[in-house]
Amino acid sequence: MPFSIDKALATFPQALQLETKRAELLASNIANADTPDYKARDINFKAALQAARGQPQGLPLAPTDSGVSLQAVGQSGTAQVMYQVPLQPSLDGNTVDLQRNQAEFGENALRYQATLSFLGSRISGLRKALTGQ
Amino acid sequence: MSLYNIFGIAGSGMSAQSVRLNTVASNLANANDVAGSEKDAYRARQPVFKAVLKDAQGGGGVAEQAAVGVQVTEIQQSEAPVRKEYQPGNPLADKEGYVYTSNVNTVEQMANMISASRSYQSNVNVVSTTQQLLLNTLQLANK
Repeated sequence: MPFSIDKALATFPQALQLETKRAELLASNIANADTPDYKARDINFKAALQAARGQPQGLPLAPTDSGVSLQAVGQSGTAQVMYQVPLQPSLDGNTVDLQRNQAEFGENALRYQATLSFLGSRISGLRKALTGQ
Repeated sequence: MSLYNIFGIAGSGMSAQSVRLNTVASNLANANDVAGSEKDAYRARQPVFKAVLKDAQGGGGVAEQAAVGVQVTEIQQSEAPVRKEYQPGNPLADKEGYVYTSNVNTVEQMANMISASRSYQSNVNVVSTTQQLLLNTLQLANK
């Protein structure tokens, strides 16, 4: 295959999906900071991104079977959700560490912005190549 | 898509915390209430929070189950004993001259209020950050 837009965009779309997912989990943790028996959850970003990155290479895109590539993207969206280990367990069974989750949420937002700007520069590069200006 | 779910989650958090603030306000306002019998005395109210699964897309696959909002399931009344005071001059006093005041612990309520307002602020921060991220994502089309 001479050229594919999927390859030109690299793993940035998958990274964006994972960061969205992580933002969702961290927002759930923050919203449930006072809920009894709620267990804080998170994903291992590095492992999930490696899994997402490994799949497009393991499954070459076949022109007759477009379902394969779609499934790979779907799997990267369902990263393995794990429980956070609390530093200080509380009496009501809640394991949310609010400060830690806020810090992680901020960091995740920053990562999201970074990925967005990388993706944006890829897109503007492609656009430049297409219009020839 | 998923980023929009965050507005729902943080919104549910904010509404739950505002219910909690409302109960604190009610408790503090009625802290000095008196009643003629133990049964009629004001008892401190407290909301009970519960995590709820959001199935935004109807089906709710494994991916959607990650998003968990919060819900107020019930408002409980405190079981703490009410105070009994001897005030024979009070028009509400019973036959022995006692009135029954509320069982609200004001110090506890103030601490509860600060906790609720901090949690509310965290949810507001989540919403504003997410809004910024979404706006930036939308601008990707103009690159």
